[in-house]
Amino acid sequence: MRKLFKYFKGYRKQMVFAPLFKFLEAATDLFIPMMIANMIDNGVANQDVRYILIFGAIVIGLNIIGIISAVICQKLAANSTAGIAYNIRKGMYNHINTFSYAEIDKFGTATLNNRMTHDVDRVRKAIGSFLRSVTRAPFLLLGSAIMTMLIDIKLSLVFLVIIPLTLSAVFIIMKFTDPLYNKTQKNLDKMSEITRENLQGSRVIRAFNKEAYEEQRFARAANNFRKSSVKVTMVSALLNPITMTIVNFAIIAVLYFGGVQVNSGVLSTGQIIAFVNYMLQISGALVSIANLIIIFIKASTCAKRINEVLDTKTSIVESNHQFVTPVPNSPKIEFKHASFGYAGAAKEAIKNLTLKVYPGETIGIIGGTGSGKSSIINLIPRFYDCTKGAVYVDGVDVKAYPLQQLRNKIGLVPQKAVLFKGNIKDNLKWRKKDATMEEIYKAVKISQSEEFVNELSDKYDYKIQAGGKNLSGGQRQRLTIARALVGDPEILILDDSASALDFATDAKLRKAIKENVKGVVFLVSQRANTVKNANTIVVLENGQVVGMGKHNELMQSCSVYKEIYNSQTK
Amino acid sequence: MSRKQEIIKRTRKEEIEFRKLQKAISQLPEPSFNNPEKVQPVSQVVVPTVIQGVLQEKLNFSEDEKDKIIDKSVILDTKGIRLEKIAKVKKAKKRFILKRFWPYLKPNLGLLIAAIIFALIYSAFELLIPLFIGRGVDCILGTGNVDFDGIAKYAVLIGVSIIGFATFRWLAGYMENSLSYRIEQQLHIDIFKKFNKVPLKILDGASVGDLQSRMVNDVDNITDGFVLGLTSIFDCFATISMTIVLLFITNPIIGGVIVAITPISAIVAFIIAKRAHKLFKREAKNLGDLSGTLVEMLGNQKIVTAFQYEERSIQKFDEINKRLQDSSAKSVFYSTLTAPTSRFINGILYAVVAILGCIFACNGMLSVGKISMLLSYANKYTKPFNELADVFSDLQSALASASRVFNVLDIENESSDIGLAVIKSNNGKVVLKNVDFSYTQSKKLIQNFNLNVDKGQKVAIVGPTGCGKSTLINLLMRFYDVNSGEIWISDHKITDITRKSLRNQFGMVLQETWLFSASIRDNIAYGKPNASDAEVKKAARLAGADYFIQTLPNGYNTIINENGDNLSQGQKQLICIARLMLTTPPMMILDEATSNIDTRTELAIQKAFDTIMKGKTSFIVAHRLSTITSADIILVMNKGNVIEQGTHSELLAKKGFYYNLYNSQFSKY
Repeated sequence: MRKLFKYFKGYRKQMVFAPLFKFLEAATDLFIPMMIANMIDNGVANQDVRYILIFGAIVIGLNIIGIISAVICQKLAANSTAGIAYNIRKGMYNHINTFSYAEIDKFGTATLNNRMTHDVDRVRKAIGSFLRSVTRAPFLLLGSAIMTMLIDIKLSLVFLVIIPLTLSAVFIIMKFTDPLYNKTQKNLDKMSEITRENLQGSRVIRAFNKEAYEEQRFARAANNFRKSSVKVTMVSALLNPITMTIVNFAIIAVLYFGGVQVNSGVLSTGQIIAFVNYMLQISGALVSIANLIIIFIKASTCAKRINEVLDTKTSIVESNHQFVTPVPNSPKIEFKHASFGYAGAAKEAIKNLTLKVYPGETIGIIGGTGSGKSSIINLIPRFYDCTKGAVYVDGVDVKAYPLQQLRNKIGLVPQKAVLFKGNIKDNLKWRKKDATMEEIYKAVKISQSEEFVNELSDKYDYKIQAGGKNLSGGQRQRLTIARALVGDPEILILDDSASALDFATDAKLRKAIKENVKGVVFLVSQRANTVKNANTIVVLENGQVVGMGKHNELMQSCSVYKEIYNSQTK
Repeated sequence: MSRKQEIIKRTRKEEIEFRKLQKAISQLPEPSFNNPEKVQPVSQVVVPTVIQGVLQEKLNFSEDEKDKIIDKSVILDTKGIRLEKIAKVKKAKKRFILKRFWPYLKPNLGLLIAAIIFALIYSAFELLIPLFIGRGVDCILGTGNVDFDGIAKYAVLIGVSIIGFATFRWLAGYMENSLSYRIEQQLHIDIFKKFNKVPLKILDGASVGDLQSRMVNDVDNITDGFVLGLTSIFDCFATISMTIVLLFITNPIIGGVIVAITPISAIVAFIIAKRAHKLFKREAKNLGDLSGTLVEMLGNQKIVTAFQYEERSIQKFDEINKRLQDSSAKSVFYSTLTAPTSRFINGILYAVVAILGCIFACNGMLSVGKISMLLSYANKYTKPFNELADVFSDLQSALASASRVFNVLDIENESSDIGLAVIKSNNGKVVLKNVDFSYTQSKKLIQNFNLNVDKGQKVAIVGPTGCGKSTLINLLMRFYDVNSGEIWISDHKITDITRKSLRNQFGMVLQETWLFSASIRDNIAYGKPNASDAEVKKAARLAGADYFIQTLPNGYNTIINENGDNLSQGQKQLICIARLMLTTPPMMILDEATSNIDTRTELAIQKAFDTIMKGKTSFIVAHRLSTITSADIILVMNKGNVIEQGTHSELLAKKGFYYNLYNSQFSKY
């Protein structure tokens, strides 16, 4: 939690004043029983109506002060917590944007998302309850204790018994319910999981005639959920009766010992009533404090998860911020004994790759699923760093580039054809913020998207929904190709990005790229036809380069390539 | 799709997503200091999962790839429209809903009555306590004037009451909860059974997240509102009426003042809650937007990085983040106002009672002990009113939830199978006569389609993206019924035999790989649970899955996790194929069964398929034409219609659509 303090910036004052105003409200609460004791002891005893009215007015006045300070406190607390949550989210988002692929892999989107929404919210709520009750509950507790001591020190010893008793009752119950809650949650998750599986797999389930089996499976999960839920409530429903019992037995004690004190003239009846009132206030405060502690324990695990994100340093460090000048006459891209393994993986995804690519060349990379095709191209823009060896672009080690300069050279078409919410024009300006319409038209034409874009209702202003849901897979894929082409990249990388295109469109696309793209082109594919005409074809199997050369050479020398080719053409 | 339809579709979709999020957020735990003893409803614990579910679903959407999905998008034309619309359920009246709830309540009536009686008993004890304390105080009159016998008597009475209160309160709580969870379980099971009985058309059109949320959130809401609400209404009314009686017995004037002022607190609380609800809605929308942006951007952070889009993305996010901050500051402020305002009204009431009490005491009309009693009733009396305000808002949302749940339960089942025949022996014949079919009335698909398949023939269905290749499979398996025409399998009209018997005739592998979270072994043995380990292994070997399964840390006992992300798409498909290899139905359906597998592995699997398909009638939907050249009949589909039909060589000779499609695979630069 402490690590998040820096996000309190700008709200520190409000965070100090909020509890202060709450303090004021609590103070009024504390004085009211005193005033009423006075009314009874002095007013009633002396039959002084004026006295009663004056003190009654004071009580009402205290109430008004109380509500005003409470409202101010609430306002300050609401503003500051919302602001802090904003700061934390902003900090996290900015930080996540420095992550390289390795860190993104490590967390995964769902986790990051959950941490930025749910965990931040938990922390915000904990800070809010802290601000709203940090003073009130302990102050009421302490104040009531002091007030009762002022009334009668002996009688106040009762508190020495009920405070620890109530607190331990609360904690024992919490201790028992917490694991039970977790179990209930797990049972509920199981139930939801079976439901989702059932809905998603309805075809398979019906095809295999397994409806009855699934129903049984679900009934078992539903039963487990009910049982554990009932168990939780059985335990947690003990809280109120137990605390109430403790407090009321304490009141019995107060009545008896108070009676003794009154009898001997030490105390008045009104003071006994005040004592009983304080007692009730204390029991409320105790439960609040216990609650607050629990909220904080829970929020601190959320804070830990947030900090885990914030503390993660990106593994791709920009060591040089100065513009780098290329070494003349060097290959455009060169892999020198490059090896790469994913964090935690036992085997390397790429082993000892050496390859030179000269300007204007097209490189094909082919291999089965999981053979390491994408890993190779991820090394060029430094999405990952080589674990051994090095990659050079224009004769300079990629690690020596400022990331912006390096990545600006590259147009990437990822495997997953994702577009973003916004219109087509915006989506195509990703690589070049200030791209002209001419540049966009050109890219769209090369990517074979011109025809369908012109058929859309708003053409280039056509609004794309999140993920590009309102376009077909093939259309999306072509637009992602256009996106990479805008601004004439020096290096164009197509990572298996024609899979949703039919063969005819794929062929047209390759033709257009060959005619229009001047830079180096990397074609990653499972289709032999796609890479067939490349200047160099790299054949991969299990991270190992098993063949490198032109189509005709490989057909002679590389059995893997031959098998792939034959499996697709016969 | 016209632009107008497009907009309508989109807003509906957003509305649903919004409602889900809003619901999830409205249930986020707000620490309740007013009411710390209130048992934490399970829904609070659940929320993160629900939000996850909503987000997950969004992620799944963007994941859809390749033509199968677009194929499906014909079906999913209706996607995003409320289930209510797809299922054509009438909107039930509110009164009617309560009546529908009766069958669930009836078997548990004993529990309900016991819970109510116990609640009444504990409220009575609760009210007696201040009475006895007051009497006890009255025994303390002044120096030398203390009635210790009286104190002892009242001490015993207080003790008995508190123990009675504690015991019955716990029992009542226990019973209420047992009751509500029993009803919940029954609803869960009924909904789940319903999912297995409704026509697939409904499930294809509805969103999984929505249905799941009806199952989890809405059912929870219903029991919260109806069951817990019902008992606390009794409880509140009992407390209120008993308090009124006691107050008037003690002092009618002060009693009257208390009765008059208290409801104000409830009214104020209600007004604040209403306003807060509105603000919460706005916050929920902003949070929804924020999550949407997060899913979009973080989900594709790799692309953001690749395109150096970070700064622009941060800017976009900041704008939404700011909006969320503003709305959440407002909604939090309003929602936390309830506690101090009701404290305030309570305090005023307290002061008025004290003033009046003291004045009456001056005139000797009231004892000091009774003042203390009145004060404590004044304190207690507001609580049931505030609780009632809660109950009514719970009831409102329970009613809305109930209509969502009963709408699911009211969906018409598939036509009944009872009394239909069973296929005893399969002669391998499949006949389609004059079949007409479309998913939606507006878009005509298959029209007057005829097909004769003999035993052992291999039928391939090919065509470009989105041509409706899977439609035929849907009809053969009776996932969908034809609009007109007939389908005959083994000389039985498929509407004359049970679905079970029909589906038993087919072994099926789909492009969408469906595995459930259990061990790989259990997944393979899904169609034959009593299969021996050797059989499972043999099936896996045939499917080419044995090797990679062995390399997994726990081999066949490896648990496939919830999202199945410990396996690649291709590996999952191999397991699905192994699942089929274990069963030996007389006919086969392969719907893009090898689309995620690289061609070399595919070749090996193809051989295994050829062996098990020998002599069996089979239907193959394929993307790669090279795999189906040996088919006996090739159906070439385009835009939902079969446009060409014949063998590979016949179709090539025709130099038509198939010819072009086939050659495009081998075209050169």
